[in-house]
Amino acid sequence: MISPRVCVLRAPGTNCDQETAHAFEICGGKPEVLHLNRILENPGRIKDYQILCIPGGFSYGDDIGSGVIFASQLKTALREEIGEFLAGDKLALGICNGFQTLLKAGVLPDGDEGWNQPDSGNQPAKATLTWNENGRYTARWVRLKVTSTNSIFLRGIDEIDLPMAHAEGRIAVRDAAVLTEWEARQQMALAYIPWRKYHNAERVTLLTAQAGGSPGSRQGTSALMEQGNPNGSIADLAGLCDPTGRVLGLMPHPERFLFATQHPNWTRMNLAGDGAGKQIFQNAIDYFA
Amino acid sequence: MLWEVEILSRPEQIDREGQRILGEVRLLGLDSIQTVRAGRSFLLEGRIDEATIQKAMQLLLVDEVVEIARVRKPAEVDANDDSTATGQLFNVLYKPGVTDNTALSTRRALQQAGIAIEEVATCRKYWFDHQAQLKEIQVLAQRVLGNDAIERIVQGPLQMATLSFGHTYQLELKHVPIRELDDQALMKLSKEGQLYLSLAEMQTIQKHFRDLQRDPTDIELETVAQTWSEHCSHKTLGGRIRYTDEHGTRQFGNMLKETIFAATQQLRKEWGKDDWCVSVFKDNAGIVTFEEGENVCIKVETHNHPSAIEPYGGANTGIGGVVRDPLGTGLGAKPVCNTNVFCFAPPDTPHESLPPGVLHPRQVALGVVAGVRDYGNRMGIPTVNGAVFFDERYLGNPLVYCGTVAMIPANRCEKKVSPGELIVALGGRTGRDGIHGATFSSAELTQESETISGGAVQIGNAVIEKMLMDVLLVARDRGLYSAVTDCGAGGFSSAVGEMGEETGAVVWLEKAPLKYAGLTYTEIWISEAQERMVLAVPPENWDEFHALCASEGVEATAIGQFTDDHKLTLTYDGKPVGELSMEFLHDGRPPVIREATYSPRTDGSKATFAPKTDYTDDVHKILSSLNVCSKEWIIRQYDHEVQAGSVVKPLVGVMCDGPSDAAVIRPNLSSKRGLVVSNGMNPHYGDHDPYWMAYAAIDEALRNCVACGADPSKIAILDNFCWGNTERPETLGSLVRAALGCHDAALVYKTPFISGKDSLNNEFSFLDDSGEKQTVAIPSSLLISALGQIADVQNAVTMDLKAAGNVLYLIGETKAEFGGSHYALVNSSQSGSVPRVNPELAPTVLAKTHALISAGLVKSCHDLSEGGLAIAVAEMAFAGELGVDLDLGHADPLVALFSESTTRFVIEVSPENQSKVESVLAGIPYQKLGVVTETGRVEITGQGKKVVSAANEDFKRSWQSPLAWS
Repeated sequence: MISPRVCVLRAPGTNCDQETAHAFEICGGKPEVLHLNRILENPGRIKDYQILCIPGGFSYGDDIGSGVIFASQLKTALREEIGEFLAGDKLALGICNGFQTLLKAGVLPDGDEGWNQPDSGNQPAKATLTWNENGRYTARWVRLKVTSTNSIFLRGIDEIDLPMAHAEGRIAVRDAAVLTEWEARQQMALAYIPWRKYHNAERVTLLTAQAGGSPGSRQGTSALMEQGNPNGSIADLAGLCDPTGRVLGLMPHPERFLFATQHPNWTRMNLAGDGAGKQIFQNAIDYFA
Repeated sequence: MLWEVEILSRPEQIDREGQRILGEVRLLGLDSIQTVRAGRSFLLEGRIDEATIQKAMQLLLVDEVVEIARVRKPAEVDANDDSTATGQLFNVLYKPGVTDNTALSTRRALQQAGIAIEEVATCRKYWFDHQAQLKEIQVLAQRVLGNDAIERIVQGPLQMATLSFGHTYQLELKHVPIRELDDQALMKLSKEGQLYLSLAEMQTIQKHFRDLQRDPTDIELETVAQTWSEHCSHKTLGGRIRYTDEHGTRQFGNMLKETIFAATQQLRKEWGKDDWCVSVFKDNAGIVTFEEGENVCIKVETHNHPSAIEPYGGANTGIGGVVRDPLGTGLGAKPVCNTNVFCFAPPDTPHESLPPGVLHPRQVALGVVAGVRDYGNRMGIPTVNGAVFFDERYLGNPLVYCGTVAMIPANRCEKKVSPGELIVALGGRTGRDGIHGATFSSAELTQESETISGGAVQIGNAVIEKMLMDVLLVARDRGLYSAVTDCGAGGFSSAVGEMGEETGAVVWLEKAPLKYAGLTYTEIWISEAQERMVLAVPPENWDEFHALCASEGVEATAIGQFTDDHKLTLTYDGKPVGELSMEFLHDGRPPVIREATYSPRTDGSKATFAPKTDYTDDVHKILSSLNVCSKEWIIRQYDHEVQAGSVVKPLVGVMCDGPSDAAVIRPNLSSKRGLVVSNGMNPHYGDHDPYWMAYAAIDEALRNCVACGADPSKIAILDNFCWGNTERPETLGSLVRAALGCHDAALVYKTPFISGKDSLNNEFSFLDDSGEKQTVAIPSSLLISALGQIADVQNAVTMDLKAAGNVLYLIGETKAEFGGSHYALVNSSQSGSVPRVNPELAPTVLAKTHALISAGLVKSCHDLSEGGLAIAVAEMAFAGELGVDLDLGHADPLVALFSESTTRFVIEVSPENQSKVESVLAGIPYQKLGVVTETGRVEITGQGKKVVSAANEDFKRSWQSPLAWS
């Protein structure tokens, strides 16, 4: 098998590029961390890659709004090249700030179909990622349920624990019809569900797919962990995919769960080896096998 | 043309900022204010029409899904301005020259999109309904909406024609006639010129220029003041001190060298070829070995005075500054985690009790946390460890300690400047921000500080520093430069002065890129504008270096050259403006000679606590005391997992909310080896005896590290002294006594100090109602930061109880030690003797505990600190959602539960491993406490009677509620 080439595209302020590249690498991909300036100098370079990944961080400081400036570059200077990339049999992944960028650029929610329709640049946005309901940057682990069968990245995963760390992770939609459409077209990729309690007695395997495990009992006082949805996102959404399943955006960070020792309860479960987040990168690489 | 784009959230969206302000309104009791609507605006100037503005709004400025916007022209006066919101409008704008990051990004992005914008500014807007009384809005405006130090508040619709400011600068060389001044005039010059030099120092400068038969230029005087400032030269602690205590008098030629530094030297000598220190007390951070080819360094700084005046900017630039320390260590180190410790006055201090010129501690806390959050998170450096300490004496002078740990290749740990190399400024531009930061931080705060020193306050731009860091590390690996240092306090003046100390340097001041025109040559030289580094680049590497920086959008400018004439020569447009010999600059300062005295406390050595039949209530009180209670509200705002190295997080347990003793990270994703980061601090012990406070702080930092799995034979520590005015012999005496404790403890634990920092004059003075000068000095605050290592992160341990049926042991010796304890605190007592480390026992306790952990025999481990055994056990129980059933035996339950004797741990062990564990512990005091249960209750029996009984939920609620801010 030829390792697929992965473009980990960074902008000033991107800060998860190294570990994201590491994730693709240990899964057998050939990642390159590329500064956006290199692509702007030579937009044709995007063609060299099978996978485009925009990692997390604070591109351009997120000063105007998260991902806004990065997105404006994709929308204007790279419109055509991104269009070609999306039209091909290729994959795109946006994690956290990368998700914000893809959504604000209009790569999500509809991928090729949305981007390459006539006058797409002037269509009103269907959705956005905006301030968390608590008004604060929030870093914590969340449990997620895969709620679409479409996404190539999420194949074989039913539920997964991942860390999130963001201030603007609340998905808001223009109107309710957007949700209906997403549901019909299997675009609601990931939803927050209540945290599961791990006690020492149960030896849980987090490393492969689990058959729909039920959330733990709801006693105790940590409301945040129990309610699941950490930011007020509509329909508890944590991630979106395009109708083909080739583009995925998610707020939590799979590249921060490549090793068992990253799980907040690994010492309770005697976990060792890989972390469950690795599967998302492995799926992307395996798609080209 | 100037345009304003006013943006509000859509009505169906939550107006978070408005709600936040309304919350503050309630706290202030401003009853006439019933509603607050918040918005923001962009002010855009350029030759552009409304259609272009609309385009900019659609492309960048407005998120139409959740926001609505309108455009207006602030140049046109319109009394009936139709706003999208109604009511009385208040605008908050930055003062000219204050860094406005959003404006900067917006301008660049719009220009890149081909929109002809020249200037951008941002504005926060607040509308109050018409019932709100102007008087009350003004109180709110002053205390909450904006900060006078950096912002101005404008009532009503904005009316302005242009954003431009600054003017072209014509060279005007200034001399300071110092030769003829008498002593009084010298001191007047020192104070009014914000030089903050002593009379002896002023006289030395005067003599130097008399010998030269000329007057200094202003830039020469400033250069000397910056270099000789306490902040830059640490002249007090490195100076001559005559110290007297109950054991007699001792003379120090260089106090720090002869105590803390000497201990490290002695340890290195003992270790010989096994010495694992690499670079200590000489560079911007201390370096020790980590693994083959890779070393690790750590530095902790303080940013206290700026944080007192503008908490957000102060803390923000505190982080920015300490991150540049490792970047400027050796040839540059890559930061892998941050640690922060704050000291505040209690957040419930009544507003009316605040002295004039003091920000409310809650506002300070909110601002500091936000400042650290916004900088650390943007830099992509996880904030993994910290602490918050509360005491009323931090009211006018909060403390903000910021630390960074960074990795550095073993062959990049040394730097050397050679004549002929270019002096290169890298990163941010120079502005009028931060002028006199170094001298200001060395002075005492007063109620006027806010107005006098407003210019010393800055706001950081983390993304500029991130870009700087990215490009610096690439240039390092390509070997493009031969030395680097950070541009911190004193700006170019300190950085270039330090780098060129052995060679000489000429600086072309007009070459420095400026944020705006109009800076004088002196302002350029001493500005402390953030995000700048200074490098020595060999001329043959300049083209490659410059091209690399340009490719990442980072500005690099040659502003001078290193020479071999041992002089510092400053020019502007080719004309000389200053010339100083490096020898005078670095060695000319007269030694500071200080008296230091310490008298041991004579009162309160006996604990006088009445025995109680039930101590459950005391456990609740200590759990909900400000120093012990959960800091989750703060921790959750910090990204602690970026870089993917997280192994033990700051919060652990079933619901990820129990207090971890330390953080464990894996800096290299392909290696098993980990770093363990912790700290120790207890100013309350210092009120009893600073010697034992220092000992206990070191013991605590080491305990925390060991509890998570660090090997106690390889832990490096840092000292960080924040003290009051050391011109008072008794204040300096308490500091010397703490330093003596540091020295003795370092030798006992065989734990080297590898770097350190001090911040003196942490006092706040004001005139009270009767016109009397009142001074509040902070308690003696010694922070010990520890950097440990763990061979395999898989052996790390967390503090949450793991399984019912397991057995709990207490390791270490418990004595009746209540001085400075939390039991004494919640019972409003000053009595008791301060905990004293047993030097014979302590290292063995640490070593044996580590032996148990690395053998895999420990399921959970927690160190005993504030509140003693009862608090440790309660935390372990609620974090693990399991109960405990413990029997304290015949011991006095009060002592067993709450004494704060040092060097103790509680460990959880599987029943089948009891005999193995007991054989390892043979020879040191230990006690089997009881078992872990399924009950979810803490049940403790002492002398045959139940002394503590509570459900986990109840203890957890007490622990979580005090600082669960919304």
